[in-house]
Amino acid sequence: MHADPKGVLTGVHFLDGDHACCEGTLAAGARFAAGYPITPSTEVVERFAWRIPTVGGIFIQMEDELAASIALQGAVWGGAKAFTVTSGPGFSLMMEHIGYAAITETPCVFVNVQRGGPSTGLPTLPAQADMMQAKWGSHGDYSIIALCPNSPQECFDLTVTGFNLAEEFRVPVMMMLDECVGHMTEKVVIPESDQIDITPRRFTHESPETFRLFKPREDLVPDMVKAGDGYKFHVTGLTHDERGYPSMNVETQDKLVRRMHDKLKPFSNGRALFEAVDLEDAEVVVVSYGITSRVAQRATQLARAKGIKAGIFRIISAWPFPEQHIKELAGRVKAFVVPELNLGQMVHEVERHTAGRAKVISVPHAGGSVHKPEVILNAILEAAR
Amino acid sequence: MSEAILDIPLDAGNPVEPFLRMDRMPHIWCPACGIGTTVNCFARALESSKLDLNKVAVVSGIGCTGRVAGYANLDSFHTTHGRAIPFATGLKLSNPELQVVVYSGDGDLFAIGGNHFIHAARRNMDIKVICVNNLTYAMTGGQTGPATPSEVISATSPYGVFEPSFNLVQLAEAAGASYVARWTTFHVKQLARSMEEMLHKKGFCFIEVLSPCPTLYQRRNKMGDGLDAMKFYKQVSKVRNGAPTSECSLSKAGEIVVGKFVDRDRPDYLELLTHQMHASLGNRYADPEITTCSEG
Repeated sequence: MHADPKGVLTGVHFLDGDHACCEGTLAAGARFAAGYPITPSTEVVERFAWRIPTVGGIFIQMEDELAASIALQGAVWGGAKAFTVTSGPGFSLMMEHIGYAAITETPCVFVNVQRGGPSTGLPTLPAQADMMQAKWGSHGDYSIIALCPNSPQECFDLTVTGFNLAEEFRVPVMMMLDECVGHMTEKVVIPESDQIDITPRRFTHESPETFRLFKPREDLVPDMVKAGDGYKFHVTGLTHDERGYPSMNVETQDKLVRRMHDKLKPFSNGRALFEAVDLEDAEVVVVSYGITSRVAQRATQLARAKGIKAGIFRIISAWPFPEQHIKELAGRVKAFVVPELNLGQMVHEVERHTAGRAKVISVPHAGGSVHKPEVILNAILEAAR
Repeated sequence: MSEAILDIPLDAGNPVEPFLRMDRMPHIWCPACGIGTTVNCFARALESSKLDLNKVAVVSGIGCTGRVAGYANLDSFHTTHGRAIPFATGLKLSNPELQVVVYSGDGDLFAIGGNHFIHAARRNMDIKVICVNNLTYAMTGGQTGPATPSEVISATSPYGVFEPSFNLVQLAEAAGASYVARWTTFHVKQLARSMEEMLHKKGFCFIEVLSPCPTLYQRRNKMGDGLDAMKFYKQVSKVRNGAPTSECSLSKAGEIVVGKFVDRDRPDYLELLTHQMHASLGNRYADPEITTCSEG
């Protein structure tokens, strides 16, 4: 289906990433947001609070991030598309409910505009150090989707994509911005609503008598319901069977946890989102994401000018990790260079899937700024040697 | 024995069965636990309220009372520890025609969830909170909670509780609740009536139900079994409707003031929101239509 025109601010705009992300939520059909102020992410919900009363929906500022991250899930089970927005310290508090969204298969979006950490860290300055937390931060085994925009335009586009993926796979989707992308202002083109594809919630057609809340379809994803429609369903964070009833045994646990993991297998089989530049003849591939990919672009240009066959693999869907593509590249390139605004996180995934078939060079940065292109260039030169 | 009782056919079901998920019985609660009594009262309140049960949702947190959601034959949500109220907030706001009932325990609602409780009361969110207060963390083995009275022996206070406890009804009133009552599981008629009244009351409503935990609380404190708990409640309870909540503190063996303490009208969150938006935006304000994310 197409976007509801009420939420779509069609036109050419000059927006920062946070505001573009907000417009993405509205275009995607989000009509409920719960938030708690935190730099550098607050602009997303500030704009939502300003826009939503004329679009038709609700913004509520909750008492903390724990509350925000569960209020949005109440709204989803009431029938809304919903999200919350935060940064590192708030993201840490939200881990509890990322786990809840995972086990209850609640389609929803968490926006994290990353700043320097740990703890209060660098409230106004960038980092990309929550990448592993996005995947592993809540306890237990679970799978989520994480997307990494590198421009305000992508903050709009990928937020729409994120909501669509949340509905398709019934997982929490993490929008992993960083402070630079969130606060940089660029041209953002918002298309006509009939040019924006929206994945509607897949509500069940079964009757309340035959419906089973967690009975998966062929794609391993169960159909949704909402409260008030007579299904009298039960949702729990406990391990549950297809009826949604708690069931404390090895078999139910195995079946549930494996299915929640396996339903994202399409991402290992063609669905990963990425951008490839100059990979045809590349000997050195810079693997990057978010703001760092824009520095990497300059570094590879400098490397090409020096006659080095450098290319770019830009990760857009960071989780599930695009292992299929790294495995394929590892068989034909000399080396990967992995700059990140952390001391080495996604580089471990690159190493794991390269499995020794190519050199992997980490280019760490503790955060607070971006890399200098020369630093990445030097790593490319070293890799090409 | 009266004629009426003899008239009940032998195969008659329990009248509260339609309100329960009978395929989940037996429940996990201990013999003489009071939670089941409160659920029975709740079922009777639902019945007498004549509410459309398709439009009633129950939200629980974690703990013994947290399991109520799993047994109620309604749309039901067993959420995370302490977070039933913010979940209920999102559910209510996205689907305002629902009557949303939060059903949870004293530890869940007032320790880990205490902040959410006072803010929902402050906002006068239109949700109904039933707190089964067994004065302890029962599911985890009987530890001290925010409502455990002084001098009580618990798993984490082996030498006796010395920190002051919350007076839950006073806290609810001070934070802004529209309706505040307290009963014990001895007062089943009054409790069911109070629950029904609350289901028809707009705004943030709160009922505290003192409920026995013979397995942990009473055993450790040599307070006898389930029957002794009923005798105790009967002996020390005093009905004082309209009593100042500041005079309703609980102690280990002292008086339990029960009754309806607060019943006042304040505009609820959605009314306030709508009023403010109309005042600021006039015709530009679009009524929320947020439960329409399906195709067609």
